[in-house]
Amino acid sequence: MERIITYAKALSEAIDMCMAKDDKVYIMGLGVPDPSGFFGTTIGLQEKYGKMRAMDMPTSENGMTGVAIGSALTGMRPIMAHHRMEFALLATEQIINQAANWHYMFGGKSSMPLVIRMFIGRGWGQGPQHSQSLQAMFAHIPGLKVIMPATPYDAKGLMVSAIEDNNPVIFLEHRWLHTITGKVPEAIYRIPIGKANIARSGSDVTIVAFSYMVIEALFAANILMKLGIDAEVIDMRSIRPLDADAVLESVKKTGHLVVADQAWKTGGIAGEIIAIACEEAFGFLKAKPVRLTLPDFPSPSTPGLTRYYHPRAINIINSVLKMLGKNEKTEEELDIVQKSPLDIPNKEFKGPF
Amino acid sequence: MELKISDRQSYREYVNELKNGDLKLFYYDMLRIRLVEEKIAEIYPEQEMRCPVHLSVGQEAPAVGVCKALGKDDFALSTHRSHAHYLAKGGNLKAMLSELYGRETGCCGGKGGSMHLNDPSIGFYAVPIVGSTIPIGVGIALGFKIQNKSEVSVAFFGDAATEEGVLSESLNYAALCKLPVIFICENNLYSVYSPLSVRQPAERNLIDIAKAHGVEAFKCDGNDVVAVYNATTKAVEKARIGGGPTLLELSTYRYYEHCGTNFDNQLGYRSEEEFNLWKAKDPLKMLALKLVEDDNFKLEIEQMTKVINLEITDAFAFAKSAPYPDEASLFTHLYAK
Ligand SMILES: Cc1ncc(C[n+]2csc(CCOP(=O)(O)OP(=O)(O)O)c2C)c(N)n1
Ligand SMILES: [Mg+2]
Repeated sequence: MERIITYAKALSEAIDMCMAKDDKVYIMGLGVPDPSGFFGTTIGLQEKYGKMRAMDMPTSENGMTGVAIGSALTGMRPIMAHHRMEFALLATEQIINQAANWHYMFGGKSSMPLVIRMFIGRGWGQGPQHSQSLQAMFAHIPGLKVIMPATPYDAKGLMVSAIEDNNPVIFLEHRWLHTITGKVPEAIYRIPIGKANIARSGSDVTIVAFSYMVIEALFAANILMKLGIDAEVIDMRSIRPLDADAVLESVKKTGHLVVADQAWKTGGIAGEIIAIACEEAFGFLKAKPVRLTLPDFPSPSTPGLTRYYHPRAINIINSVLKMLGKNEKTEEELDIVQKSPLDIPNKEFKGPF
Repeated sequence: MELKISDRQSYREYVNELKNGDLKLFYYDMLRIRLVEEKIAEIYPEQEMRCPVHLSVGQEAPAVGVCKALGKDDFALSTHRSHAHYLAKGGNLKAMLSELYGRETGCCGGKGGSMHLNDPSIGFYAVPIVGSTIPIGVGIALGFKIQNKSEVSVAFFGDAATEEGVLSESLNYAALCKLPVIFICENNLYSVYSPLSVRQPAERNLIDIAKAHGVEAFKCDGNDVVAVYNATTKAVEKARIGGGPTLLELSTYRYYEHCGTNFDNQLGYRSEEEFNLWKAKDPLKMLALKLVEDDNFKLEIEQMTKVINLEITDAFAFAKSAPYPDEASLFTHLYAK
């Protein structure tokens, strides 16, 4: 009875199940009922639940986030969706000043069950204002929870947990994950927010990743295995709260730490994870930990710069080899040159969106 | 005031001040934009222009009508759908196509793609965050005013941008300071697939909204390039002598899908009937009708088409053969010197 479905389908299933179970749950976003349905994650919801529970909205991100917050104060459980993280930036006042603070600043009198889905990612020349990964900015804020699932299984379980959580949850979906497939149970289930997953266990080096970088990390780990290096891959799944225990336990075992984050280095989550390792497991580290991130520059559109901008498996592999005092390799030597261009996840991806 | 072309006679009266040559130039510019966009649509499937494109086919009249009323030193700010505005304002075609191809010869050196066309030397910037260029357009007008310049600034935006709070903030401030800015709303009825009806109440009237902020505002047939030109010219003249801002709402329609190079009526978010109604009011067709009296005009269109196609072939060849930016360029331009 093992069922394989896409990440997008897993998300739509989670949302659908939560809406069926609890009539306080509703979803809004510019394009929720449209034919592409948020990359297939909201299709059919309006037909099933009506226009007041699966709704389109004006292009008014700031105002509508406040509206979602207000409705949450009456007991509703809003899910808001944005096609790009950048569009949600218009609503950062509502998210950071209001939603994140509400429960704390009013002495715990009212809760703020709110899920804000934002798509992040890269590819097909999205460029400086449509492919930024600003997760650290939101993870910096006490009062918010920030989750970045990498697999269809986690996407469903974490979406259910996010919707049932009584706090504002930022749910980040990488554009290159919606089409990946994996085993997903039909029944409703929950993945706890703030718990990492050992995606692959190993003993020589710890590779920490989340969201799309988990895919690259697992690929890298397979190649490393062929080179005789047994890597442990930790999928953080949530970046706030951050599962420090999972990282520490692994680092204590391997003594080596590489963190792969598809975001800028300065002030990022990779640095945060390494700081935790240094503070709590310094004596166990056998080499300097490594942050593998985007360079601290805006995201360029041209496919000519993709190769230099986005870290991928080969960069993870070489970080590990270098850390272990071994010679670095080229993709040609390892026979892992990607045939399709680097600005798309697979040959089927033809843009433009 | 509603500017409208109801019949040939009133049209003639109404464009009397214009020289016939100007109208032909309007036609030329619109045709050029259309042929460029159609060429992009034709060869986009080659997958060499690797960035999202939002085509302006069907919306050539607002671009040309507005920009023809501007001088080179006036500024125009645009959106994700900026090809037409960029070309009408005098943007370089080779630099635009190179940018779509991600090449170093592009107007952003490849860093921006189709959604970030710009050329400060002709007064043009575009960015794809809905509504964000409206206050920037106001700020450019403020800069002009403080420096006692006579230039004006234009903010192009779509019907969806009128739902962003920043429009109200911008209107208010522009009126407060009597800034030389012209707000141009191209109402093409949709935001991606979402029709106006799910985003705005039927009673909502942008003209009233602008007026309530103290900004003079007019509706105008956005497929009639001459009407657009005349309305903009008045607004520009007023702005230049310190008369303050104006908003124009231009009704128009895009033919292609929101983003990309296909037709998508089959998806059902808009009807074939509506589409055909707008095609009957095609901006190029409408202008050609007015010029038919000139017997040579059909021939002239053929000549224009030839000339433009040569330019297009040349520009595409230039863009395709230009190099990609090199690795070092990734690390340039973060901060100004
Ligand atoms: C702040 C923000 N929200 C959402 C989007 C996504 N988006 C891109 S274009 C677009 C539609 C804009 O419609 P309109 O302003 O009417 O311009 P049109 O596409 O019709 O020319 C939307 C919603 C965005 N780019 N920026
Ligand atoms: Mg529109």
